[in-house]
Amino acid sequence: MLVATVFAIVKLDHLMTAVMLMGFFSLLSSCIFMILDAVDVAFTEAAVGAGASTIFILAALAIVGRTSKKKRREKTIVPLIIVTCTGAMLLYATLDMPYFGTPDAPVHTHVAPRYLLESGEEVGPPNIVTSVLASYRGYDTFGEAGVVFTAFIGVMILLGAGTRKSGLEREAPPNVKVESMRQKIVLREVADLLIAPVLVFALYVQWHGDFGPGGGFQAGVIFASAIILYALIYGIVPAQKILPPRKLAYFPGIGLLLYALVGVVAMFKGGNFLAYGALMADPHDGQHYGILAIELGIGITVAAVMINIFFSLSERSL
Amino acid sequence: MSQIPSQLVEQLPAVQLLLTLLAAPICSMFRNGDLSWRIATVASWASVACAFALLHQVWGGGSISYEMGGWPPPWGIEVVIDELTAIVLLLVTLFGALVMTALRKSLSSIMRHQRQSLYYTTFLLCMASLIGITITGDAFNVLVFLEISSLATYTLIARGRDRRALTAAFRYLIMGTIGATFILIAIGFMYMLTGTLNMADLSERLPEHYDNKVLHASFAFFTIGIALKVAMFPLHYWLPNAYTYSPKATTAFLAATATKVSLYVMIRFIFDVYGVEFAFGQMQLGTLLVPLSIAGILVASLTAVFQDDAKRLLAWSSVAQLGYMALGMALLNANGLTSAVTHMFNHAMMKAGLFLALATMIYRTQSSSLAALSGIGRTMPWTTGAFAILGIGLIGVPFTAGFVSKWYLVSGALDKDWLPVAILLIISSLMAIAYIGKMLDVMYFKPAPAEFADIKEGPKSMLIPCWIFALLTIYFGIDTRLTAGLAGRVASNLLGAS
Amino acid sequence: MIVGLFNYWIVIILMMAGLYIVMSSGHLVKKIIGLNVFQTSVFIFFISMGTVDGGTAPILKDGFTVFSNPLPHVLILTAIVVGVATTALGLAISVRVFEAYGTVEEDEITAIDRDNRKREISVSTVVTESAQKERDQ
Repeated sequence: MLVATVFAIVKLDHLMTAVMLMGFFSLLSSCIFMILDAVDVAFTEAAVGAGASTIFILAALAIVGRTSKKKRREKTIVPLIIVTCTGAMLLYATLDMPYFGTPDAPVHTHVAPRYLLESGEEVGPPNIVTSVLASYRGYDTFGEAGVVFTAFIGVMILLGAGTRKSGLEREAPPNVKVESMRQKIVLREVADLLIAPVLVFALYVQWHGDFGPGGGFQAGVIFASAIILYALIYGIVPAQKILPPRKLAYFPGIGLLLYALVGVVAMFKGGNFLAYGALMADPHDGQHYGILAIELGIGITVAAVMINIFFSLSERSL
Repeated sequence: MSQIPSQLVEQLPAVQLLLTLLAAPICSMFRNGDLSWRIATVASWASVACAFALLHQVWGGGSISYEMGGWPPPWGIEVVIDELTAIVLLLVTLFGALVMTALRKSLSSIMRHQRQSLYYTTFLLCMASLIGITITGDAFNVLVFLEISSLATYTLIARGRDRRALTAAFRYLIMGTIGATFILIAIGFMYMLTGTLNMADLSERLPEHYDNKVLHASFAFFTIGIALKVAMFPLHYWLPNAYTYSPKATTAFLAATATKVSLYVMIRFIFDVYGVEFAFGQMQLGTLLVPLSIAGILVASLTAVFQDDAKRLLAWSSVAQLGYMALGMALLNANGLTSAVTHMFNHAMMKAGLFLALATMIYRTQSSSLAALSGIGRTMPWTTGAFAILGIGLIGVPFTAGFVSKWYLVSGALDKDWLPVAILLIISSLMAIAYIGKMLDVMYFKPAPAEFADIKEGPKSMLIPCWIFALLTIYFGIDTRLTAGLAGRVASNLLGAS
Repeated sequence: MIVGLFNYWIVIILMMAGLYIVMSSGHLVKKIIGLNVFQTSVFIFFISMGTVDGGTAPILKDGFTVFSNPLPHVLILTAIVVGVATTALGLAISVRVFEAYGTVEEDEITAIDRDNRKREISVSTVVTESAQKERDQ
């Protein structure tokens, strides 16, 4: 099924459908992640891959137009050769790979056992992915928050919501599409019903990451998608009235600083950067609150960045 | 009280990164461009001080390990600083700070204040992530910071005045992301074999898998991926456009640091993680790298000679110079490696200086075509003077930094009895004389076009960094303890590790 | 062997299809879609690597002892977020390209650039529309 989807994307010249199929592809792969026991990843892929990316691409397509032209012949041959070579190389590699699912593959015997056996004691949260993400490899996650922040700054510089006159300050041009959306009462009602629970769900995911799948990233994306839904139904201008882009632009920085602050406080308390154990007298409490704080930092950054990017992309098409 | 300094010393590796990384979000919150510029400049110079302190600590062959989050490797992420790391750190921070100092004037003419603070933020992020890549001892962590630096670089390039900057940035984005994904696959393969991501741990565990096909594929993917990032010939084609169209002083920073840090990653992985024996013995990297880098040097130098845009000319020269470094690495003897590491530092210094001097000229002329720059030696004597010194350094005239690295490279080739290679190197130096000479000729001996006849000397805040670069070039041509001395130790270390 | 490696082979086909889209398509946005597909397939590869037969999601609970490996999950979480960040930036650039050129087809852009270069032999800098727009604001 995945393969079929992808080949359809290759063939399609109509981009709208291609994007939809890409979303579908993401959703399918998130199902696969689910089957492979990677619940956190499945969650994120569904929210980010199928949700956020698709919406961004759609917003961009609204600006640049929807069809790609038939490509000329010579362009297809060279890529085909490169792709075949790369694929052959990968196939060659698979011959020596440990078989799928073997429990005694080196992957499972070297570093991972400590996470599985001792993270409950050392870090606390029952969800091991959270412990590894936030504590053992917290530095990676810090870098990741940095990536999101960088993307935000990049989009701001290039497209600039907030510094450019935002939809609020400009005269809103008569936008037929928004109007017709507004008249769709059913859609509006459904959206009204949905938005509040989605926001609550985002908060739940945020705080519940310790126990079940979830955490700052997922929560941030879900929170953002609620706002984006609002913007889609009611139009971008009212959405910006609630969340003025100028103010929103501060939040990614605040989230990142919050994350770093936790690490720096740990440094002042005598531990290393991001060593939450040093935060409080009892290392367990320290780990617990440390993780909560950095997850909050991530949540703020991700939500604010996603909303900001969406605003800047869709503002351009106004 | 006496405890606090020692504690600070212990925390230095983290402080090194945090100075710039934390200054970035703070900068982004100010709408006032000048204020953010001050913060950014202070942070980057503090970071230089930090790099010096670290270099002092590891000087003579020490190494520092710092456990992020307090978890011991391989479970947590480790930060490792040895001499090679320290010199690259110094390169990134020092040249970054110099360019940052000059950046304000350079930007003021093309950007509004609010945008400027975002621009400084990107610049800081780029610097911070390069520091992050350099100090980390974890394979996956490299990738995370590589991604920050790439995103920041795309943004910096895309802000160029010419609209071709946008396409250049997009092309770089596609190439860069493919490269990064290739590296991700390579790291995945390594992880599959060993179950670890820590570099030191990997280097211990990989030798038993030398015959494994997964490792072969991993090595191939890594080499292609990182070669894309380094812009190694023939995977360089994003570089000339990216450098040509990126705005002004930014080029100086990118040329000095981005590709050098990628090269550093390449050296680290090939020598430390995969191991010399595997990379050059079993995978025959040398037989691939030597002809390619020589071809790269010659083709790129030749292309540079025929350019009529000063920025593009220097960009092509960068491709050629990267070839020198790759060749030095591929020679696989003490002199060759010494030259690679020394040239990494020296070339960063000279190219940053050249681009900065060029940016100062462009600040007045608004164009980088050679036609517009003709006769500028008379209207802007100081800037052109710095440019000339740096250019002579790039050619490799004795008593400049460029001579030192080339001398080691040629003796490295002679050590191997590769006389033809040494001769080709000298020919390529002649080409360097041709393209640098062409620029100097235009600048000093052609009459200035009428519209630029009475332009003034560049602003001091740009001129002084230019001269610092120029003087450093001469200094490191005479006193080679910091560069070649250290590089020699690093080289014997890297080779001895096998 | 076929059963043991089947999963990886599928992933390889997916990856290569993604890579093919990136390289063959002239439309900038479609390139980004291809990039997404390529990356997602790499993610599937990583996750497959972490799976254990009979294992369960790595959440500690009484009664479960075999878990799949959490480390690849963490790496991929990171990678997914990095991927969406790249996508966003790539889109931002392609929107700007569209504003500057009026098209996002690669060959058309190359053609426009070539025309421009012919025209600008005497005057070397072209202040672009976008830069002008920037200044007007």
